[in-house]
Amino acid sequence: MEHILQQMPIVLRSLNAGFLQTLKLFFVTGLGAIPLGLVIAFGSMSRFRPLSVLTRLVVWVVRGTPLMIQLLIIYYFPGIVLHRAIWGGGEAGRFLAAAIAFIFNYACYFSEIYRGGIQSVPAGQTEAGLVLGMTRPQIFFRVTLLQVVKRIVPPMSNEIITLVKDTALARIIALQEIIWAGQAFLRGSNGIAGALWPLFFTAVYYLIFNGVVTLALERLEKRLDYFR
Amino acid sequence: MAFLDVKGIRKAFGGTEVLRGVDLTLEQGQVLSLIGSSGAGKTTLLRCLNFLETPDAGSVSVNGEVLFDAAGPAARREADIRRRRLHFGLVFQSFNLFPQYTALQNVALAGKLLAKEEPEFRGRKKQLYRDIDDRARQLLEQMGLADRLDSYPHQLSGGQQQRVAIARALALQPDILCFDEPTSALDPELTAEVLRVIRGLAQRRTTMVIVTHEIAFAREVSTQVAFMDGGVVVEQGPPEQVIGAPALERTRRFLESYMSS
Ligand SMILES: Nc1ncnc2c1ncn2[C@@H]1O[C@H](COP(=O)(O)OP(=O)(O)O)[C@@H](O)[C@H]1O
Ligand SMILES: [Mg+2]
Repeated sequence: MEHILQQMPIVLRSLNAGFLQTLKLFFVTGLGAIPLGLVIAFGSMSRFRPLSVLTRLVVWVVRGTPLMIQLLIIYYFPGIVLHRAIWGGGEAGRFLAAAIAFIFNYACYFSEIYRGGIQSVPAGQTEAGLVLGMTRPQIFFRVTLLQVVKRIVPPMSNEIITLVKDTALARIIALQEIIWAGQAFLRGSNGIAGALWPLFFTAVYYLIFNGVVTLALERLEKRLDYFR
Repeated sequence: MAFLDVKGIRKAFGGTEVLRGVDLTLEQGQVLSLIGSSGAGKTTLLRCLNFLETPDAGSVSVNGEVLFDAAGPAARREADIRRRRLHFGLVFQSFNLFPQYTALQNVALAGKLLAKEEPEFRGRKKQLYRDIDDRARQLLEQMGLADRLDSYPHQLSGGQQQRVAIARALALQPDILCFDEPTSALDPELTAEVLRVIRGLAQRRTTMVIVTHEIAFAREVSTQVAFMDGGVVVEQGPPEQVIGAPALERTRRFLESYMSS
């Protein structure tokens, strides 16, 4: 027990560094995928058939294959197939590759949620706006969007909580996120070897983080409770 | 030429012709009731007047200005249409209020967005918005909703929601206000309060086209009644003629079926 107390600061320092990477990947993915998903949703709803068919095909492929495969392909494809190491060698390069894979993957999931949300707003809302002389962009941003947001918060919450845990997949390309940091103590790291307990701590990090994210999303849901 | 002049409107949906050459006229300050059984094409006609559907043939003019002419394809461009459609207002059967806005905001929103296109909007924004809010408040008071300005649609009864929708349509001062069965989603008591508001508008000589199944009401408020059947207006005239002494057998049979139900 004394042992663990002595090792604690070392372990926590290492886990914190990993957690920072986890957090970074989480926020970068969110900031990228939330707007990109809207672009993809519009693509999949386009009246220009070739665009909507192509977009839906891409979404289907991305949602139908494991994120882990997408990560590996995006990370190794430039170097092995194109013989150009566009990601660079270090942690920054791995992060960039991971961020791109995550953003694209999550944008595809989000786009389907957006599409369902947009299509669930009654046509009468758009028609009422048109008859009042509003432009289509005005109708989208002033009338439809908030109703869509209200409808998609619950399914988006599920995806976002999944994202918190999915960030761990980036370990497959050796991104030094929190599980990578915790797992290092199994083999030995910073003079500590054969220790399983740091991994339990990583679980606690996830639980706390998920708790915070859940609370934030519940507050957003409440904020939108004022209308139906 | 009449104030509203609708000529030869045709509209087909995938091969089925729903409107087969509708002709209508209406003078300023008059009220036209459109009656006819379900499926006759009444809603489609109102949607054509409000540019929610593009007729395949025919023309619509208001006050001598041609707003739509199927022969002139330029009339179909969205940007052109937007200003022209403001000659008409439309009150929907299902209200279609914007749920995230209060009654007052519902009435004021479109006016504020249009104000942005005014010259020197930036300098006059405050004044313009204040005027729009004042007018919205006044309209809601006129609708008997002075105490519900800040209520959201879901906090209002159906009759109150429909009255907000009427105020919203009036806020842009359309030349002609159209109603598509404004009370058919309402209970009898709520129907009465909406009809009272429409009666008030008729007394103020608001030009209106009202699709309704309330035959007694149509007879009372209208200056003109048009009976539609199978995508055409088969009989138009003053209510005492079309409802009181219909010339056609078809009209008579329709009215009988309504009186008995
Ligand atoms: N968008 C549409 N697509 C196909 N058919 C339609 C459409 N809108 C209306 N119709 C058809 O047109 C006919 C007339 O409808 P409508 O104008 O709603 O009549 P009314 O309002 O007199 O009951 C109906 O048979 C209806 O099914
Ligand atoms: Mg109808």
